[in-house]
Amino acid sequence: MDYFAQQLINGLVLGSIYGLIAIGYTMVYGIVGMINFAHGDVFMIGGFIALITFLILVSLGLTAIPVILLVVLLVAMAITALYGWTIERIAYRPLRHSFRLAPMLSAIGMSFVLTNYSQVAQGARVKPIPPLVTGGYTLHESADGFVIQLSNIQIIVVVTTIVLLALFTWLVSRTRLGRDMRACEQDQTMAALLGVDVDRTISMTFVIGAALAAVAGLMYLLYYGLVDFFMGFVAGIKAFTAAVLGGIGSLPGAMLGGLAIGLIETFWSAYFSVEYKDVAAFSILIVVLIFMPTGLLGRPEVEKV
Amino acid sequence: MSGDTILSVDRLTMRFGGIVAVQDLSFAAERKKITALIGPNGAGKTTVFNCITGFYKPSGGTIRLSHDDGRTIALERLNDFRIAKQAKVARTFQNIRLFPGMTALENLMVAQHNALMRASGFTLLGLLGVPTYRDAEKRAIDLATDWLKRVNLLDRADDAAGNFAYGDQRRLEIARAMCTEPALLCLDEPAAGLNARESAALSELLLSIRNDGTSILLIEHDMSVVMEISDHIVVMDHGVKIAQGSPREVRDDPKVIAAYLGTDEEEAVAVMESGS
Amino acid sequence: MTAPSTNTAKPATGILALLKTAFVNALIALVLFSLMVGVRTEAGSDGQLTYWTRFGELASLVAAVFGGSIVIDLLRQWIGPTGTEKLIPPAVQSGMSFVGRYLAPALLIFTLLVPVIFYDQRYILDLAILVLTYVMLGWGLNVVVGLAGLLDLGYVAFYAVGAYSYALLATNFGWSFWVCLPLAGILAAFWGVLLGFPVLRLRGDYLAIVTLAFGEIIRLVIINWQELTGGPNGVSGIPRPSFFGIPLDNSDDGLAAKLGIEYSTTHRIIFLFYLILALALLTNWVTIRLRRLPIGRAWEALREDEVACRALGINTTTTKLTAFATGAMFGGFAGAFFATRQGFISPESFTFQESALVLAIVVLGGMGSQLGVALAALAMIGGFELFRSLETYRMLVFGMAMVLIMIWRPRGLIGHRAPTVYLTQAQAISSDLVKEGHG
Repeated sequence: MDYFAQQLINGLVLGSIYGLIAIGYTMVYGIVGMINFAHGDVFMIGGFIALITFLILVSLGLTAIPVILLVVLLVAMAITALYGWTIERIAYRPLRHSFRLAPMLSAIGMSFVLTNYSQVAQGARVKPIPPLVTGGYTLHESADGFVIQLSNIQIIVVVTTIVLLALFTWLVSRTRLGRDMRACEQDQTMAALLGVDVDRTISMTFVIGAALAAVAGLMYLLYYGLVDFFMGFVAGIKAFTAAVLGGIGSLPGAMLGGLAIGLIETFWSAYFSVEYKDVAAFSILIVVLIFMPTGLLGRPEVEKV
Repeated sequence: MSGDTILSVDRLTMRFGGIVAVQDLSFAAERKKITALIGPNGAGKTTVFNCITGFYKPSGGTIRLSHDDGRTIALERLNDFRIAKQAKVARTFQNIRLFPGMTALENLMVAQHNALMRASGFTLLGLLGVPTYRDAEKRAIDLATDWLKRVNLLDRADDAAGNFAYGDQRRLEIARAMCTEPALLCLDEPAAGLNARESAALSELLLSIRNDGTSILLIEHDMSVVMEISDHIVVMDHGVKIAQGSPREVRDDPKVIAAYLGTDEEEAVAVMESGS
Repeated sequence: MTAPSTNTAKPATGILALLKTAFVNALIALVLFSLMVGVRTEAGSDGQLTYWTRFGELASLVAAVFGGSIVIDLLRQWIGPTGTEKLIPPAVQSGMSFVGRYLAPALLIFTLLVPVIFYDQRYILDLAILVLTYVMLGWGLNVVVGLAGLLDLGYVAFYAVGAYSYALLATNFGWSFWVCLPLAGILAAFWGVLLGFPVLRLRGDYLAIVTLAFGEIIRLVIINWQELTGGPNGVSGIPRPSFFGIPLDNSDDGLAAKLGIEYSTTHRIIFLFYLILALALLTNWVTIRLRRLPIGRAWEALREDEVACRALGINTTTTKLTAFATGAMFGGFAGAFFATRQGFISPESFTFQESALVLAIVVLGGMGSQLGVALAALAMIGGFELFRSLETYRMLVFGMAMVLIMIWRPRGLIGHRAPTVYLTQAQAISSDLVKEGHG
């Protein structure tokens, strides 16, 4: 039971990270109808920028952890958001009205570019950092000595996710930008006729998605204590799996899907085999899609004839 | 219904969530006759069509198709492609659904898929190029050519369907449906978007199809077409049948006039008068 | 669709505006590259991370963006705002279609002669074999993506199934290549049906992601099922193919000895070359043949409009399955060939990058066009090879090329479709009319 509870905590933390990345996929899919294959790599870039900012701040002699975290978070979000904006501008916007496969291939190409850009710029080796946030709470200790730990990092990850999610929900449901986004999602031509700046709205979608991916990158860095140039691929596929699982286009769905994938992965590793955890995640994706072809919270696709 | 019935719809009901699109609808279509289904927008006509042709599974009721040879098929139990394949019901669509990147001839060849599949020994014999398949293909091309001739598109046989003018696309879609050699042809607003001359040509085409022995079920807004060619008319409004009978009976039915008046007075008058 | 592509920036009119755009772009580049390029991190021997600055590289990159921005803007003004489509005058385009008619036979004759022309150039022969392998994979995937309009991002899975089928059957049971080749195809097709059956009712991107997941599952299972597959170490010592039972080696039973000629390792390479050429041509022949059969027309009709297909009595599930299985089978053949050529296979050869590469070949070729796919494979693999000296930069350049090519020709090299049957004259159909499928 204790073991189960501990895995539950771990799974929720991992799921929060996946969920943050998944939101970027789901938003972009909702608004431009394409799988942004480069998004996993944007997450990786976010992790790298967080790492580099952290290194610089420490070497400057800063010691206050909360200040460092805040600065790293802001810098990573800002620069990564610019990456998201640039990628859309260069690789996707010229293909917006093109046929469906062209932006997808362009995105796959962009993903290769980012992966290898990072490898060339920062080298192929794994970059570890010393644990930045330590300590935690012991929630429960059983008779046989097994303890349920809730580390401070886990708290930070979950709290940050919840805060951002709240902020983001507010953004989409209450602000002008959110309204524009929803309008573009429904009908871009009509939205443009009604005075919505479609280009700008789509750009903002990429910017927000990338900023959230940067947060996920920082969380990943804090939680696992390392980044490497190839981490975007697997995390990206899983986050996309999460987005599809939750019903692509649906924001709560992305978060729910992220949590589901995180939990599945953690429990599978804990109770069955670590080697096959990804197989489990992907298999469940296939099974869910067979029985619920539009995911958990996706709107059913109505076939008009 | 007296006479020889090909299609009988009995207490058909279709619900989408809480909305009842069609309720307890019963009507019959006679063999080798043209039956029209009319009614104001949103009356549920296309829903009925989609139930008959298997694109929707009805919430209740039965749809029976009886063939010449006495077979009776329960359409509500078949799914879409089997309705075309086994029950021999062909349909066209309100918003034309051709294969735009394929030529007119190719469109008509695709319609003969099942017959050609059998002739090609489910691809294996065809791959080896056996003569029986080549003969079958030649016959298929002949059938397609005949239909292209009948819809007056023979000279455009090798053009991509997507390049056709709207009226030509409508006729090509009918030709394609006919290439499946159906017992019942269901047409969803075939005259929509056609000009007067094209509508007249369409009426003629549909009459000739009926005279060759294919039963037709028709949804149409263009009353000049409906009144001219229909043998029997069923009027729907808000998902229920409000009247049926010959064109003359329906035209004079106060309920029908009210239904049309209820939606748009001028349209109703214009619609009714255009058919007289 | 003919909607003009939106240019990334409004064409600058004056020199000042030009400079302003360039300045803004350079500024963006400065922010983008500041940390990623300007600072280099590395883990030291003690595991501590250190960093050092590289402001020189950063400055030159930003300068390059500044200069590049000016050059691109100037070019844009010179060519005109509509860009690439107008770049090729109609006369050249019609000339190209003339060349196109004779290109395929000319290319085929040239390919047949490659081993003669480049007899002692091992490098070129190896490269040619590689290109032909991708031509075959492209043609195989073309059935699924180009004809049936089903998006398959896990095609490499079938390639892997084929390769491992041959490798394991040959190393464990000593079965010959010629027995295993059809088996590899059948097994791959079987897996195609197994995957396809439940998932083919999914549409569009859902299908894409499921096939991607399937490709990853196959790869992960290969990595982890060590007893069977050797895990990450792969399978080695895979037998080389024989010339219908006669080995191509230096022994007394070898082909060289039997023919009474001097043995050379080139014989085997040339044999492999003609083997893959034959396999690729078989793929091509079958595909061309299938297109003219009802099943092939149904595939294309499915790509055009699935609902209409169902209304015409076409069983869309089995039609999709046959497309999937056919494509998978060709992938399986190619996999078996890959295994016998390499003599060693490992999961590293079957990553998502391979799937993406093959898909890129199909899309760049112009979906559905056999010649286009062959040209695209030649361009992509050949081009990839040209950049071999760039090493780590190679994938970077490759990715950039993918983006640029898509922007340049989203519809691929060969932008039209040839009808499968005609009454009087076969006219090419513009790809603007051809749908790309939703599945």
